[in-house]
Parts: sequence; C-alpha cells; structure tokens
Amino acid sequence: MTLFGFSRAQTIAFGILLILIVVSPLVLYPIFLMQVMCFSLFALGCNLLMGYIGLLSLGQAAYFGMGGYITAYAVQSLGVTPEIGIVLGGLTGAALGTVFGWLAIRRTGIYFAMITLALAQMVYFFAVEAPFTGGENGIQGVPRGKLFGLISLNHDMAMYWLVAAIFIAGFLLAHRIIHSPFGQVVKAIRENEPRAISLGYRNEQYKWLIFILAGAFAGVAGGTKSLVFGIATLTDVHWPMSGEVVLMVLLGGIGTTFGPIVGALIVIAMENYLASFGAWVTVIQGAIFMACVLVFRRGVIGEIGHRLKQAL
Amino acid sequence: MTISRRSLIGTATAVAVAETLPRVPARAATPSLTIGVCSDFSGPYQDVGGNTSVACVDQAIAEFTASHPGMSVQVLKGDHQNKPDVGAEIARRWFDQSVDLLIDVPNSAVALAIAGVAKDKDKVFINSNAATSELTNKFCNADTIHWTYDTYMLAHSTGGAMVKSGGKKWFFITADYAFGHLLRDQTEAVVKAAGGTVVGDVDYPFPSTTDFSSYLVQAQSSGADVLGLANAGKDTVNSIKQAHQFGLTKTGIKLAGLLIFLNDVNGIGLDIAQGLILTESFYWNMNDNTRAFTKRVLPRTPNNYPSMGHAGCYSGTLHFLKAVNEMGIANAKKSGAGIVEQMKKMPTDDDAFGKRSIRVDGRFMCPAFLFQVKKPGESKIPWDYYNLLATTPAEEAFMPLSEETCALIKA
Amino acid sequence: MFMIFGKPAPLLFGQLLLGIINGSFYAMLSLGLAVIFGLLNIINFAHGALFMVGAFVTWGLLTYLGIDYWGALICAPIIVGGFGLLLERVFIRHIYKLDILYGLLLTFGMAELLQGLFTNYFGSSGVSYNAPDILNGVVNLGFMYMPVYRGFVIAASVIICGVVWFLIEKTRLGALLRAATENPTLVQSFGVNVPRLIALTFAGGVGLAGFAGVLAAPLYSVNPDMGSDLINTVFAVVVIGGMGSIGGAIITGFGLGIIEGMTKVFYPPGSAVVVFVVMVIVLLSRPAGLFGKVA
Repeated sequence: MTLFGFSRAQTIAFGILLILIVVSPLVLYPIFLMQVMCFSLFALGCNLLMGYIGLLSLGQAAYFGMGGYITAYAVQSLGVTPEIGIVLGGLTGAALGTVFGWLAIRRTGIYFAMITLALAQMVYFFAVEAPFTGGENGIQGVPRGKLFGLISLNHDMAMYWLVAAIFIAGFLLAHRIIHSPFGQVVKAIRENEPRAISLGYRNEQYKWLIFILAGAFAGVAGGTKSLVFGIATLTDVHWPMSGEVVLMVLLGGIGTTFGPIVGALIVIAMENYLASFGAWVTVIQGAIFMACVLVFRRGVIGEIGHRLKQAL
Repeated sequence: MTISRRSLIGTATAVAVAETLPRVPARAATPSLTIGVCSDFSGPYQDVGGNTSVACVDQAIAEFTASHPGMSVQVLKGDHQNKPDVGAEIARRWFDQSVDLLIDVPNSAVALAIAGVAKDKDKVFINSNAATSELTNKFCNADTIHWTYDTYMLAHSTGGAMVKSGGKKWFFITADYAFGHLLRDQTEAVVKAAGGTVVGDVDYPFPSTTDFSSYLVQAQSSGADVLGLANAGKDTVNSIKQAHQFGLTKTGIKLAGLLIFLNDVNGIGLDIAQGLILTESFYWNMNDNTRAFTKRVLPRTPNNYPSMGHAGCYSGTLHFLKAVNEMGIANAKKSGAGIVEQMKKMPTDDDAFGKRSIRVDGRFMCPAFLFQVKKPGESKIPWDYYNLLATTPAEEAFMPLSEETCALIKA
Repeated sequence: MFMIFGKPAPLLFGQLLLGIINGSFYAMLSLGLAVIFGLLNIINFAHGALFMVGAFVTWGLLTYLGIDYWGALICAPIIVGGFGLLLERVFIRHIYKLDILYGLLLTFGMAELLQGLFTNYFGSSGVSYNAPDILNGVVNLGFMYMPVYRGFVIAASVIICGVVWFLIEKTRLGALLRAATENPTLVQSFGVNVPRLIALTFAGGVGLAGFAGVLAAPLYSVNPDMGSDLINTVFAVVVIGGMGSIGGAIITGFGLGIIEGMTKVFYPPGSAVVVFVVMVIVLLSRPAGLFGKVA
C-alpha cells in the first residue's frame, strides 16, 4: 500500500500529523501553529536542495521574503483575493529561483553557498530601497481578504484551515517529487555526480529545477505568512532568516520527509516560548547548531528513523 | 513574543498571595487590568525605553492604586527587537490574552505596525517613544494616542532654533528608512521656510552602519554651517563621537542632533556632547514637580534617569487609569476606543508634564523645550546636563489639525 | 576647485583614505580567514564573533585589570588566540574529515552562541573605549582632517599583513605549514607534530581577528553585533581574493575598502551591497577568485 509513495511507517506518521493539525488548535494558539506550518513549508523547500541534491544555499530568505512582499502588495494594493496573492508569492519565489539558480548552479560547495548569499544580499538591498516594500516599516496592515472572494479569513480559525490545506498540499508535493523518477535521478546526482552525467543525465537541469522548486516553496511560505500576520518586513528577507531555515532542516534531519516540520516546530517554539530570556534564544540556537554538527548529524527525525530502521 | 509576568505592588501582590490560598472568594471582587510594556530591552533604544519605561509604568500604577485600592493592575513586558513583525505579533498575542493597554514602543516602524493591530482588536495603544508624526496623521486611529513628542515637533523646535541662530546652510546625514526620511523632510521644510538652504544630504544604510566617517567628511567639504543628524539612538551617538574625532566642530560646523535623549547625552559624555542643541518635552531637573517625580521613580531605575519617553509612560499610564476608573473597569473593557474617548475628554494632570490635554487626532499636547547641553564644569549633580534655551507652546510645536489628513478630525 | 566625475577632488582623496582604513580591517580579518581556510580547510564563520571578542577583551583589560591600549595590543590577540586554541581542540578538530560545509555550520553556531552570550551580558548597545591620548589628535592634511588614530590603524594593519604574508610565504615555518596541508602524513613522518601545528595555525588566524578587534575598539562602539555586521563582507573579500590565497586576501581587502569608499560618494545606500555585486561578477567569471588557483 503506497499512498503518495509513503512507506508504512510514513503513513502512520502522516496520520499522526493530520490528527495533530486538527486537534492542536483546540489547545494551542492558532497563530503560533500557522507560523509553524509556514516555516515547515519553507524548510521543506530548503530540504529539497540540502537533502536531495546536497547544495547548501545561504540565500533562501530572498525567496521567502520577496514572496511575502509580493503577496502582501498584491492583496493590499492590487486588491486580488488571498489565494491569487499566495500563488503570486510562489511564482515570485520560482521566478527569482529561475534566475538565481541559473547563475548559482554553475558552482558547487562553498562557492555555491557564497553566490546564493551574495544574490540574496542584493535582494535585501532591493527590498530596503524599493518604494513598494515600505523599507523599514514593511508592508503593514495587509488584509487577509476573502478566499475566492467568498469566505472571510479574518477569523483566525478560517485562516488556520487555509494554511493547513496549503501546508498539507506542499508536504505531499515535496514527498511526491522525491519519490518520482525525477527524484531518483536527483538523488543519483547527489550520490555520484560524474556517474549520473556519464549515464546521460543533464545534471545541471535537474539541479536547476530543484532550485526553482525550493524558491517556489519559500515564496508560497512567505506569502502565506504575510497574510497570517498582516505584515511583510525586512526580517524575512534578511540573511539570518536563511541561517534559520538551514537550522530547521539540520535539526529536523537533512533528507528526511518529516524532519523539516519537526525542525521548524522546535525552532519556532523556542523563539516563541524562550523569548523572555532575551538573547538566550540566540545562544541556544547556536548551541543546537554546534550539537547537530558534532554529535547529531542525522537530526531528530533522522535519528529516530535510524533507531527504528525506517525512513521517515 | 516575550511574555514575562510581573506581579506588582501592594494590591497585586495581595491577589497573588490570595491565589495561592484555596477557595478565597474575594478574587472576583477585585477587577483587574493588564498593561503591556512593549519596548526595546536589548537593542539601541534600550536606554531610552526598556526597563526604565517599565519602572515608570510601575510607578504610575503604584501611585494610582495607593489611592484606589479597589483596582489591581498587572504588567507584562515584551521585547520587540526593533522588528515590526515581532512587535505586531506581541501586540496580537497580548490583545488576544486581554491586555488592556499597550504602552511605550520606541521605533517608528514597530509603532505603526502596533497601531494597526490596536485598531483591529479595539484596544488602547499609548505610544510614548516613537517619533513618526504619521501616528496622529495619515495612520491615526481611535485607539491610539501619541504622547511625548514627534518628528514635526523636533523639526520645528531644534531646526527652527538652529536657523534663527545663523545656521543657514544644512547638510543632512539620514538613516535610510521611513523615520529618517520623515525627520529630514520636515526639518528641511522648516529650514527652507526660514530662508536656509540644504547643501547636501546622504542616506546611509540602516541599521548596518557603524562608521560615519565618510559622510562626515562629505559634510565637511560641503561648506555647510549645520550638520543635521536625522537618526536616533546608537547611530546618533556614533555620529556625534566621530564628528568630534574628525574635528567637525573645530571647522565651525554646528551639530543638530534632531533626536537626542538625556540617556544618549549620558552615553556620549559631556566633554564631547557639550554645546549640543536638542529638544525634549520633559527634563527631570526642570522644576519642583519634575524633580519630585524623578525622586519617586529613581529607586526603581537607579542607574538610568527618566527622559521624556519614560516620563510619557508614567503620564500616559496614570491618565489611562484615571479614565478607566471614571468609566468603571467592566464598562471600560468593552472598547479601547471608548477608553481613548474618555481620555480625550479629561484633562491630564501629573508631576512630569503638568496639566495638559489630548487632541482629537490622539496627539498629547505638551510644550517643546529647547535645551543646550552643559559644559562639564557647569554640571553640579549627577545627570544635570541641560540648560533651557526656549519653550515652544504645544499649539506651535505640533502639526496643526488643518494640515493633517487624520480621518478622526472630520468625524 | 579641481573636479573628478563631478565631485571635488579633495573629497575623493578623503574618501580614498577612509576606504583604505576600512580596507585595513577587511584585510586583517580576511587574512586570518584565508590562513585558516588555506591551511585547515575550515570556513570560519565565527571569525567576526572572535573579532568582537577581541574588542571586548581590550575593554575588559582596561576596565578590570587596568591594562591600557598598548598592553591590550599585545595581550588581547594572545588571549583571543588562546581561546581559539581551545575551540579548535574541543570542537573543530572533530570535523576535519567531514564535508567542508559542516565546518561552516559549526562555526556559524559558534558565532551565534558567542554573540548571544555577549548580548546577554553587555546588552546590544555595548560599551565605549577611548584611544590613548597620544593618538587622539587630528591632523590637517589639506584636503581633510585626519584623526591620528585612523592613520595608526592603517600603519598597524599594513605591518601585520606584511609580517604574516612573509611568515607563510617566505619562511621555513610557512613552508612546513603549507606542506602539512598538502600531505599531513608525509610531514608527520618527518617528525613534525602535525595536529599541534594545525591547532597553532588556527590560534594564529584567530589571534589576527583579536588584533583587528583591538584596533577597532576605539573606532566604533564596542558591541556584540560589530562582528556580524562585518563578517559577510569579509567573507566576500576572501572569496573574491581566492579562498586560501594570503596575498589575494590582503590586496582584495584594501581594494574593496576603496571601492566601498567610492560608492559612499556616488551612491551612499549602495555601499552595503557593492561588495556582493563584485563577488557575484568575480565568481561567475573567475570561479577560483582573483588570485586563487583552480583546483
């Protein structure tokens, strides 16, 4: 039985995930949960790059942040409905990914990381200077609007179900991509690039496509987040955000299906509930980064999967 | 996001103690309010806001509940980290948890974001520490009151005085974001209206700039009489220190710090800051009342004297409590706009600002004081830094209603 | 007045000089990074944080121990270097065999940790530190007033960069170091303690960051963010110069300082991004940087 190509263990995990999505808003603050789902989506995209093609991007914030700006701008100033706004956010991420990916995939390793960082810095600069982003103020007071022009999203729970739907769709899509024939080739490239090339695969195009997809995920995530909070700001496009999403993937487990979600949950929960300790959040994040690299390279889900001898 | 609960003073402590005892029915009888202080607790504005703002709110509550023992007030504090998204998130969460008043909020970008949330949730927002005059102009709303000062007042008081004393040619160093631009544009308007000119202007990247030398040298070679610093906090402190290093004042250029607080002067030190012209609407060593207030609040904040933003937190909290008391807590909790309306009806009266009023657009009307920083020899006691040069009455210090686009004015 | 590109020449000379001052910091920091990368193959993201630590140590030496600027100029780099040695022995040595990107992630975490600790302790506005009186004056150069201290920074930086370049490229010790990175087993068989050599190299590279921190303390307010504001730019410098190229790091450091300085005259808001524009162009046209060897 392979629903969406899930293994048995993954099917169970997916079931638990669905139950949690339905039950947790009864107990937890819905805005917090929406934030976790947005960042999960962002991390899922980043995981496609890091986990399945082995490229570390230090510029994912560019796609996340610009997706947020475009969605916010489209909904607020152009008056489009929220679903169109989010699609536009995703397209922005994909479009940026297309251009930047084309430039960046020519290099690997550290040079790839540095090019993505540099390009993202330019996007940040653009966000500071361009009039429509509102500079330091950001785009504020973005209305959530009416879904398909019909259902008002002003109530937090209405918005919650929309975010949950987008999140589940994104999650299934990411999983589907990895388990398609296309995904198999991508993994082959990660494992042994020269061999994949000698087998006749045009590895650059595969890398490029994954890069674009990661950008699209980030764009959708950023766009959705801007609607949840009604604001799009420089924070989301600045480079520490790129570091944060890498941390989520690393912590959850690089190359795992559920890892990015767990990573996002832990990081966001930490920021929300430890924030009263001031800069200790930074200290703890730093310590987790170090622990992950030194003793814990599989991440939470990777480690659990390793113990259970299951791919999660 | 920061939510730290602090139980306070007499009555609040009594409630806390009562809560630990089983089955005390008295609890429901004490109606309670919650005030959230959202400020910069770790960044460049922590000295002008931060814990001293909390101390001033605590002080106002202590004084009010001493004479109104029936009221219990809780205080939360949250660090907005100078990010509008973080600030909006704190505000949303607090208001959802039934915070009745959100106060302080240095940083204009964050303040505007929070004003929007306050309007959505119909809860009271008193801004005491942000500069932008847009809070009572384009983005005014029925739930927001802007206390203490704004960019218009700074531009008119400091800018006007500098031109009057002969500073005709201006060079601006501007933080490249909305607050910096607004402060520069309003000052520029004042300078030009008074017959001055602007000979140069640089926008520097905010907040990543620590080295202002390049801009200072440009100012020096521009032939300007006055260097206008359209920035705040750490940036202002750095640019003034570096202007001193590059000998700007030796070449006869006067510095106009458009937004400087007492705490910044303390950070710069009198040997460098002496002679600076600046504007505040409160100075602790102004008269017997301000000194009395300062003496009362100092035990709560022994290392940092209150400047105007802090005093605004005290004054705003006190007036809020008076208004709520007037309406009755249950009645007041129905609508933030209702409380604000009541606050606008009543005149304010406290030791920090004296007897004042709140205008229809949410503007707290207080006079602007033009100060000059003392020479090291003139300063007799700790934090004795200012000489009063001039006073601008409130009606001239703030933007006239006729020039504003605030929707509340017509209504 | 004599004009260049519509700007008065004295102004441009002034900016050139200021660009060189910033360039001195870029050069010193990227030099340390290049040494560490070239010899250890570690991308030290914590370099900016260690620069910040250097500045705080300078302040601490004066405040707690009464050791003045000149003492700090010697003590602080040693203290920071010793701290680096500790970091290398406890953490970094475990990841030499892993993919290079793990080094980046590990040191990124270190940088966050250090920055967070200092923010907790000192607050993010930091503390201030004054230059010694003898360096406090101002010299009139005709085209601008030049604070003596900034001139001192240029001189100190040029000297240090020259010494390090000479040590690594022209001495026996340097030859040994380079050999050890090429073929550690062979060098070990000559009776050289390679792990110790590598640890000391790391300490040396970090000590350079500490030295830059001492020089920076009187210039800027000593604050926990001072390193992270700089680190991205310095990384760009190293990449543009060619990862691991000592001479490349020095030349590029000064060069980019000047380019950035000029940007501040013609388009000030762009000064934050010009370095990255240069980096993208260089990486796309010369993958190994301006002075790097193609692997």
